[in-house]
Amino acid sequence: MGERIVLRYTDDPEQSDIATYVRKGGYQALAKALKELSPEAVVDLVKRSGLRGRGGAGFPTGLKWSFIPKDPALPRYLCCNADEGEPGTFKDREIMEKDPHELIEGIILSSYAIGAHLAVIYIRGEFAYAARQLARAVQQATAKGYLGRNILGSGYDLDVVVYRGAGAYICGEETALLESLEGYRGQPRLKPPFPATAGLYRKPTVINNVETLANVPYIVLNGPEAFTAIGTPRSPGTKVFCLSGQVNRPGNYELPMGTPLREIIFEHGGGVRDGKQLKAIIPGGPSTPTFTAAHLDVNMDFESVAAAGSMLGSGAVMVMDETVCMVWAALRLTEFFRHESCGKCTPCREGTYWLAHLLGRIEAGQGQDGDIELLLDICDNMAGKCFCPFGDAAIAPVQGTVKHFREEYQQHIRHGGCWRRSVVRSQ
Amino acid sequence: MLSERAKEEIIRAMERFPERRTGLLPALRLAQDEQGYLSSQVLAEVAAIFGLAPAEAQAVASFYTMLRRRPTGKHLIQVCTNLPCSLSGAEGLLDHLKARLGIGVGETTPDGLFTLETVECLGSCGTAPVVQIDEDYHENMSAEAIDAVLARLAGG
Ligand SMILES: Cc1cc2nc3c(=O)[nH]c(=O)nc-3n(C[C@H](O)[C@H](O)[C@H](O)COP(=O)(O)O)c2cc1C
Ligand code: SF4
Ligand code: FES
Repeated sequence: MGERIVLRYTDDPEQSDIATYVRKGGYQALAKALKELSPEAVVDLVKRSGLRGRGGAGFPTGLKWSFIPKDPALPRYLCCNADEGEPGTFKDREIMEKDPHELIEGIILSSYAIGAHLAVIYIRGEFAYAARQLARAVQQATAKGYLGRNILGSGYDLDVVVYRGAGAYICGEETALLESLEGYRGQPRLKPPFPATAGLYRKPTVINNVETLANVPYIVLNGPEAFTAIGTPRSPGTKVFCLSGQVNRPGNYELPMGTPLREIIFEHGGGVRDGKQLKAIIPGGPSTPTFTAAHLDVNMDFESVAAAGSMLGSGAVMVMDETVCMVWAALRLTEFFRHESCGKCTPCREGTYWLAHLLGRIEAGQGQDGDIELLLDICDNMAGKCFCPFGDAAIAPVQGTVKHFREEYQQHIRHGGCWRRSVVRSQ
Repeated sequence: MLSERAKEEIIRAMERFPERRTGLLPALRLAQDEQGYLSSQVLAEVAAIFGLAPAEAQAVASFYTMLRRRPTGKHLIQVCTNLPCSLSGAEGLLDHLKARLGIGVGETTPDGLFTLETVECLGSCGTAPVVQIDEDYHENMSAEAIDAVLARLAGG
């Protein structure tokens, strides 16, 4: 296994304690930055590292930071997106529970780079233990002078607050997160203005994912070249792949960007459970179109996955074996989207309802001729017509499974149901 | 009625941020932690602290699944049924719990001890299937393992 960055020390049960973190080189990047580097120099290092957002979209992090207005008199904020709700994704939680200081150090460095004096970690409401771990890390870091007033004698002040959500997947979308943080229903805002100009309290704001920020200390300490030496030229560094579903060893695997899907599933994940055949793979969370066994040689970096017709997304690799009914799988994921649609715009609110309704009917053996066309028609009426990217994400399970497994849908409609369901049920 | 202590904590949450309303979600959570659920009266009390109309607090509360307008049993059992957990036996686990507790999803046992619900992905799919009981995650669950957890909770 190559170099690991964000999960490098998570096997050590003591890693979440500041003494262990510091003993392994923690907070050295911060000391170095505050002593030797201007905020602009930190932005420049991150730009040169080529680090791209790990929250799903892959936007260049240094570039995002450089959109923040330079005038230091203007208040600005950093928000760490720790809302991790994309099904199949469980990497941010592991970072926060097992190496919270790595995230805190990344937050301090990033806040320093953009000139923020308040950083908020918006953490998913259900993550009680991770929130406690973070709160303890903030307390420890403050006691040691890494946080608070005049950090390490540099004159730089930063306050970090752990803010717990209350159960709403859409709050992971950055503008919905801001609405929620301001005390409203978490519904997305119109862009532009982008958060870099009008974000939290309408002030310039950077929003970054947990894994993104956790990479920053490594880049500052070891230099951008160490980072670009890992991964591919356009997707440098590592990625945490969250492997789930029917594999022998599910879990988080931090591997170089561009690692082939086959290696992730068969070498690291130990292959398909119970010696079964591989049937389908969702490569980057339910928002990303389905792959089949024919895609095993796709390299898992932003460009290669896109070229193969899907998206790297959050890195949630879900594996399904030959016994799984694809109509049922699409139904489960679409029910998720129906449940989480925030209701703000009609194509998504109504579309997710009807997709789930039709899938439910087909899966239950009550599908009718024309239902497949109807499903695709609804997808068409949602694609590009919803208020936020959730709408486009919500059609991925239907579109992906119909594309690769259309005959399974037809069988359901023709024969009034499915034999596979009983297989999954009886496990 | 909210206790004086809860009110003080809510005021602290309100004053913690550049804009007071950011404290609303923490306040609703604090109120729920103390009262068990957010009755109309409790919502009105929280709204008053923030200078909001009760309907405004209600509108916010109704958006978030963890904020509850109705009481639950002493322990809230939430079975994750999203795809990764379902691929690892969540449906069978849910059937087992329904049979064992003698209730359906969304119901509470007659003794008021357990409420059973399903939830979407809990962010723990590497250790599926996962059941959240109150604040704790129970991972790699089987029928036997969940029975042991329930027996402990019923005893304690
Ligand atoms: C529906 C939806 C849900 C999202 N959920 C998350 C999430 O849980 N965590 C996250 O970091 N980003 C999530 N994002 C992406 C954020 O909007 C944003 O792009 C990201 O936090 C930016 O950070 P990054 O540049 O470091 O990736 C979501 C986006 C959408 C449209
Ligand atoms: S697309 Fe869906 S989630 Fe996004 S604003 Fe519209 S209803 Fe809300
Ligand atoms: S699907 Fe159950 S924890 Fe993710």
